[in-house]
Amino acid sequence: MSDFLQYLITGIGGGCAFALVGSGLVVVHRVTRVVNFAQGSFAVIAAMTASTLLASGFPHGLAEASAVAVGAGAGLLVGLVAIGRPGTPPGASLIITLGMAVFAYAVEVLIWGDQPRSFAGVPGAVEFGGARFQAHYLLIIGATAVVFAGTGLLFARTDVGRALSACASNPYAAKVVGIDVVRMGLLAFGIGGALGGLAGVLVTPIQLVTFDYDVTLIVGGFAAAVFGGLTRPMHTLVGGLLLGVAQSLVAGYGNAAYQMEVALMLLLVVMMRQAARTPAAQQEPV
Amino acid sequence: MIDVVDLTVRYGVAVALHAVNLTVADGEMVALIGPNGAGKSTLVDTLSGIRRPAGGTVRITGRLAHVPEGRQVFPDLTVDDNLRLGGWRIRNRDTGPIYQILPGLAPLRRRRAGQLSGGEQQMVAVGRALMARPDVLAVDELSLGLAPLVVADLVRHLRELNAEHGLAVLLIEQNARLALDLCSRGYVLEAGQIVASGSAAELAASPRVADAYLGASG
Repeated sequence: MSDFLQYLITGIGGGCAFALVGSGLVVVHRVTRVVNFAQGSFAVIAAMTASTLLASGFPHGLAEASAVAVGAGAGLLVGLVAIGRPGTPPGASLIITLGMAVFAYAVEVLIWGDQPRSFAGVPGAVEFGGARFQAHYLLIIGATAVVFAGTGLLFARTDVGRALSACASNPYAAKVVGIDVVRMGLLAFGIGGALGGLAGVLVTPIQLVTFDYDVTLIVGGFAAAVFGGLTRPMHTLVGGLLLGVAQSLVAGYGNAAYQMEVALMLLLVVMMRQAARTPAAQQEPV
Repeated sequence: MIDVVDLTVRYGVAVALHAVNLTVADGEMVALIGPNGAGKSTLVDTLSGIRRPAGGTVRITGRLAHVPEGRQVFPDLTVDDNLRLGGWRIRNRDTGPIYQILPGLAPLRRRRAGQLSGGEQQMVAVGRALMARPDVLAVDELSLGLAPLVVADLVRHLRELNAEHGLAVLLIEQNARLALDLCSRGYVLEAGQIVASGSAAELAASPRVADAYLGASG
């Protein structure tokens, strides 16, 4: 039982990273209809940045916050290249983000090398119900909860959030009322970068991060986002947590080597179920 | 209010509007009639800044708000959020006055705009445009696809806005009878060019308009 609880909590911690990366995908897709395959790179860039800053004497907190800001900047940069030119079709933008993700490898290896990095998170361990886990998991879970609540409030309660939703709902009408659709798209990419960056700095203390760790994150994050039809943040959170727990249980009771396969299977099942339920699952809700 | 001089708009190599001249004075109601594909919507899109002219000038004194063809509400958002977004450009968040001008919207304020009837959505689109506190309203296809009673209600609102608030209106309509009945002056746009203009009575009496637009619409 205590084993199960331990797997559950570590699974939720890992799932939070998928949920954050996935919600970044959702924010960008909702506003721009682009699937941003560079989303995992923001996490890696932020993780590497945080490790460098911490190593050069920055205090905890400031280092991580700066790294998230760098993630947001990277998001903005990818957005500029992918959608900066008005009228770029979403399919072309998608390919651009894929190219930017590969380009990011080169930049990351050039700056940080190809060795895995990690840094210390919240020190100590917590005992709970016979399970023992790193205290850092509590930070991951707490920060994710706060960020999801904040993102929900942003979209539902603020003018900028309404304008972002308006671009998602009807881009032509958004232009009619004077919303700059490209600028809102860039803002979405920036938010996506920050969410990805946050996933990176949160996960690095429990997980060695290499330059190609973005693949793990993007597969998990994409599975979580697809669970929410690429449009619903809260479903993405649930999808991410389910995936994290499933992976953790497979690793705990079975073989850790199959973690990626779990994500891919879940992705496949969810996509097939959605395709069967609504033939137009790939389209926006009208 | 609106002063369009020699306006030319292109889609790639295709010319959508060619040397169009059009004016709307303060508080005036002006009709723009013409068949499908004549360039009427292109003209309004250019007036509201969505499209760039290839040549000529568009001068607008005061604020122009745009009621686009096909309503174009934000379907996933509530009526109230739709209205609020109409005030985006001038940071106007106060939707209260709109429910007074268009009382039919008040009971719908929490409903999603996508669930409303065509007439209700057209009302939302008009209310959303009014949130920009416009001096001139460009209405693209007010009556298209709506029942006659609904159209009559919308027309009554436009008349009120014009009479009580001095709102100028540029009305784009396929229903020429309705447009010439409501407006004092009009233009006929065909294949991207203004082919006739004058007072509503002159246009209604001209054989060209009577044959092509009034005969067919009964």
